Amino acid sequence: MTTLLEVKDLFLEFKTSQGILKALNGITFDVNSGEVFGLVGETGCGKSVTGLSILRLLPRSASIRRGEVIFNGVDLLKISQDEIESVRGSKIAMIFQDPSSSLNPVFTIGSQIERVVRQHIKVTRQEAAEQTKEVLSAVGLPDVKRIMDSYPHELSGGMQQRVMIAMALSCKPLLLIADEPTTSLDVTIQAQILKLLRNLQKNFNVSVILITHNLGVIAQTCDHLAVLYGGRVAESGPTETIFNQALHPYTNGLMNAIPRPGGRGRKMATIPGTVPSNPGALTGCAFAKRCKFAFDRCVVESPPLYRVDDNHHVACFLVENQSK
Amino acid sequence: MTTQLVEIQSISKQFRLPGGWISGKPRYVSALADVSMEIAVGEVFGLVGESGCGKTTLGRIILHLIEPTSGQVLFDGIDLTTQKGAALRSLRKQLQVVFQNPLSSLSPRLKVEQIVAEPLVTHHSLPGNQMRKRVVELLEQVGLGKQHLDRFPHEMSGGQCQRVAVARALALDPKLIILDEPTSSLDVSVQAQIINLLEDLKNLHGLTYLFISHDLNIVQHISDRIGVMYLGKLVELGTSENIFNKPLHPYTKALFGAIPLAVVDRRRELTILEGNVPSPVNPPSGCRFHTRCHLVQDICKSDQPEFRQLEPGRFVACHFVSKSDL
Repeated sequence: MTTLLEVKDLFLEFKTSQGILKALNGITFDVNSGEVFGLVGETGCGKSVTGLSILRLLPRSASIRRGEVIFNGVDLLKISQDEIESVRGSKIAMIFQDPSSSLNPVFTIGSQIERVVRQHIKVTRQEAAEQTKEVLSAVGLPDVKRIMDSYPHELSGGMQQRVMIAMALSCKPLLLIADEPTTSLDVTIQAQILKLLRNLQKNFNVSVILITHNLGVIAQTCDHLAVLYGGRVAESGPTETIFNQALHPYTNGLMNAIPRPGGRGRKMATIPGTVPSNPGALTGCAFAKRCKFAFDRCVVESPPLYRVDDNHHVACFLVENQSK
Repeated sequence: MTTQLVEIQSISKQFRLPGGWISGKPRYVSALADVSMEIAVGEVFGLVGESGCGKTTLGRIILHLIEPTSGQVLFDGIDLTTQKGAALRSLRKQLQVVFQNPLSSLSPRLKVEQIVAEPLVTHHSLPGNQMRKRVVELLEQVGLGKQHLDRFPHEMSGGQCQRVAVARALALDPKLIILDEPTSSLDVSVQAQIINLLEDLKNLHGLTYLFISHDLNIVQHISDRIGVMYLGKLVELGTSENIFNKPLHPYTKALFGAIPLAVVDRRRELTILEGNVPSPVNPPSGCRFHTRCHLVQDICKSDQPEFRQLEPGRFVACHFVSKSDL
């Protein structure tokens, strides 16, 4: 399996009216070609910003301080504006949480997708229309002819999200970044979209970065994942390892906080406290304040990402002597 | 036999759609169709279903915020629609609600102290000099303290705001609190804190909850009994254990099969329910679920299944579920 995308030691800051907000403080992970990679974490952990910085779709207040995003051997953070624009859409595509706000309400679905195709590939109008039809039926939309002539508001949320996925796939990208693609959908529709995303790698040979806060979604769809906390990777590895042998106290806390069948009447395990609002400003481990295992060193020194097994990385001093 | 706090008797609610004044007949959304259920004193009743199934509308009807088109709701044996003036006001104290998004249900211009004190002021239930003491007491019950009195909602996290909303709901010593998706906008670790808090408060004050949510795992965790709704109809009702371990209605089965579980050993194909929820403007004939049901027969398209009791406390609305399925 080859590595498609490497994110190395990414640091990013936002300039706000209250000063500098250090949102990403050293994000490192690899995405293999043909896999579904999960980025999971709570609000403010930096998962969405990580997705946006891969495509350099950041607001002006943000600046990347350090790090590399290597895609197919090229550092996306170093290339020119023109070059990154040729990557967007045609090599790496992105979909967002709320499809109704991502689609233009005044154009038909067909014309919106055709425009994307014509922007990136040299084709005639007919060929673009043909390709649009193909990609819409590939994402499982019925009655493609009618869908192409519809406006976004005429479709349900689940159908809109399928349209977004179709649009993202229309130029045959190698990587699809999906930022909370099912959060605004009902469970039965979510199941449909997750199945679609799972099958994309088979049918389109596209890798997917799935950004979500829902551990259930991750467990059902991802091959590898990274758990983010305070703008850093707390733990990363194969899905099975993370779910069955998590080593980072935060990952364990998160796993235990999910209500599970059969737990009725029992107290739910919680993580005391709340997520820090500016984790980069803290010295030491961002989780130290909420961690029941924290000791003196955690407060002064930030733990590096230890490699405990082939693919399994943990940023916690507790695993220091297990690391390789 | 436990006494019923809320009795809902064949409630229907139709909302009129805009338009239709000049051109033809007015159109209606049928949000609730002939829903009957009871909530017993001291229980947690979970109401689940997808968006547009009418669960929030039902909550609002119980709160007497909107009037049902037909049917009646008895709260503690009294029909709220027959009450007026002071009597209605004193009944209203006993019904409180916590909404999904605390940032939109708390006024951004009021400080925490004013927010929590507001119901006390409105109902003149305390002299002014005791107000602050009571507010602090309420804040302490929800895990906040004196230091939060002067904060504005935007200065607090989502979890803290939701705690303030719970404190406000508790202020008048209600009997019933309707929790409308109280944890949907919160992170996993904070969600667990709020659920524990709600359970503690229930035991402390002997509260009754109607817990509305689309997160089935949470509902299952907190509820004694669960009602499953689809397109304005109750399709299944039973104890939390029964509904989760042995769902009977094909919709309930599909709904539970579609939840992605956070376990990898039992990774399974999620149940895929094809298609979308039909529009409640033109609900399907017969059984409202027949357009998506894999068991569908001709009878489902023509006849509405009766909401029948299979065993005490267990109700299902499906032609093809019988006692032998129990």
